[in-house]
Amino acid sequence: MQNDEAVPITVEFSGGLEILFSNQKKYSLSLPSQDESGAPANVAFLVRHLCENVMKDPRKELFILDGTVRPGILVLINEADWELEGEDQYEVQKGDHIMFVSTLHGG
Amino acid sequence: MVAVIDSLRQQIATCEATLQDLHQQLAEAEHNQRQQERVLRKTKPLTTDPLDHDMNFGVPDDFRSEVFAVLDHEAEPQEQDESNKLGRWPLEKNEYRRYGRQLIMPEIGLQGQLRLRSSRVLVVGVGGLGCPAAAYLVGAGVGTVGLVDGDVVEESNLHRQILHSSARVGMTKVESAMVALNSLNPNVKLIPHILRLTPETAISIFKNYDLVLDCTDTPASRYLISDTCVLLGKTLVSASALRIDGQLMVLNNPPSPPGDPTGGPCYRCVFPKPPPPESVVSCGDGGILGPVVGVMGVLQALETIKVLTKKATGTEPAPADPPTLLIFSAYSNPMFRSIRLRSRKAKCTACSAQATISPQVLESGSLDYAQFCGSINPIDALTPQERISAESYAKLRSGVNPFTGTVSNKDNHILIDVRERVQFELCSIDGSVNIPFSTVSITPGLSLNPNTPSPGSNDMYVDENDWATQLRQTEKPIFVVCRLGNDSQLTVKKMKELGLNYGGKRFIGDIRGGLQAWREKVDAEFPEY
Ligand SMILES: [Zn+2]
Repeated sequence: MQNDEAVPITVEFSGGLEILFSNQKKYSLSLPSQDESGAPANVAFLVRHLCENVMKDPRKELFILDGTVRPGILVLINEADWELEGEDQYEVQKGDHIMFVSTLHGG
Repeated sequence: MVAVIDSLRQQIATCEATLQDLHQQLAEAEHNQRQQERVLRKTKPLTTDPLDHDMNFGVPDDFRSEVFAVLDHEAEPQEQDESNKLGRWPLEKNEYRRYGRQLIMPEIGLQGQLRLRSSRVLVVGVGGLGCPAAAYLVGAGVGTVGLVDGDVVEESNLHRQILHSSARVGMTKVESAMVALNSLNPNVKLIPHILRLTPETAISIFKNYDLVLDCTDTPASRYLISDTCVLLGKTLVSASALRIDGQLMVLNNPPSPPGDPTGGPCYRCVFPKPPPPESVVSCGDGGILGPVVGVMGVLQALETIKVLTKKATGTEPAPADPPTLLIFSAYSNPMFRSIRLRSRKAKCTACSAQATISPQVLESGSLDYAQFCGSINPIDALTPQERISAESYAKLRSGVNPFTGTVSNKDNHILIDVRERVQFELCSIDGSVNIPFSTVSITPGLSLNPNTPSPGSNDMYVDENDWATQLRQTEKPIFVVCRLGNDSQLTVKKMKELGLNYGGKRFIGDIRGGLQAWREKVDAEFPEY
């Protein structure tokens, strides 16, 4: 995975999602710069990558549903809602900070 | 022995019911006493007052009214309004004193204080968020505060729900909060709504208020509150908390009508679909640190005060802050993070021009929020033959096999407790072995391809298989227990998937109802938490 064709990024989990990722909140990752089809790596690819290579918990449905992040998880690209950045089509850039936040309901 | 325990339990239940009744009577009596004092103060006959003569005949009017204001500085709002007409100052004397520290700040000032006094704010949920939020709003002099909650105070609420008290366990949360808030600031008018919010009642309650705080704890109530605020054009200050994390959003700000894209986003814009119910964790299951939810409730009060006192610039109304999500994480550095949120969603079912949610739809009750958000079916993963009652398991421990009636050695089985380690350390059944459910659930079953472990996580991976390897060392029957009897069933299933039952030769089953049943049926001393 560590090669010249990799994009160094930071991925962070919050709101309890870290439980699905070995209780580690922050990951420094090198994301392959191209997805399976050779297209530039976007957030959709990052989500698949996380699910297949980083997430140990077999309860994948608590992170992914119908090929995308499940309802109730906000994806934040450099401190902004991904809806402001093109959602899962956003092409991941070197040094990006991508955060996955699960909504909380307790009160 | 069982009869004695039953009898004692019954006596305790009766006493508790009596106690609860007494609490309510006390609250009522206290309330009546206050009412009477108010009436007495208003109709105080002048002739019994030693100052009477001088005040009526010897003192200039202005001075007289000031003296009365001082003597009567705990006066009720109605009385203030009356004396205001005569008074020289926009605020009552006691208000200058009480709110002085915030009045001298340019962010509030006289206009801000007057705005707060004329505002009506609804707090939905008087728990970990609602208690601190209401305390600060009442303290700041918001004129009218409504409180919505259908629950009663429980002992396990007290570490975070700061308006309630040990003596008021069993009282409704709304009444308990009113006792505390009234003693904090008797100038504020409190309106009780002792009920659980429903789609049919939400509009009629909300319409009498200017701004709403969502201090509830379920996805269904969050969607209902947001929809109602959009329909009525109320700004919504929404917060939530769990374990060590909190989140805060000011929604529908400004509260433009549905279809107006200049309005702030609503809860549905940000979260169009509810989370799967199995991903929703309550404070009861996940835990909550008191100051974490307290911080979030205090921030709700702060945002409310900011919205209510926002200054107009010239003739234009003040522009609202851009929508953000504030994330609080108590054990991270930095603890706070502010995220830019989207604007109104063009296809939002609540706030867009294409909205399908209308007051008629809401009040007809045809929107089923509970169904929209789903619920977890009670876990029923095992056959009756794979489950044992707490009583039967107790017999088995005493040496009698509950299935065959034969006497056997009490060490002839293994008891696995699958609660998380921190809970296991609180209390456990003698001789039980802890294998946390989180470890069980990340162990791949036979149906799943084990993931290739990535570098750095090898230790954990070995541990995961270790528990299964160890259980393969013996052929003793395995009993699994957890807090309530859900995770234990899933663990039994997983053990069988892993072949630990040797194709049916070894018994593996769980204790029905978990440690709760153990406490209720076998060991009343086992701690409840
Ligand atoms: Zn909306």
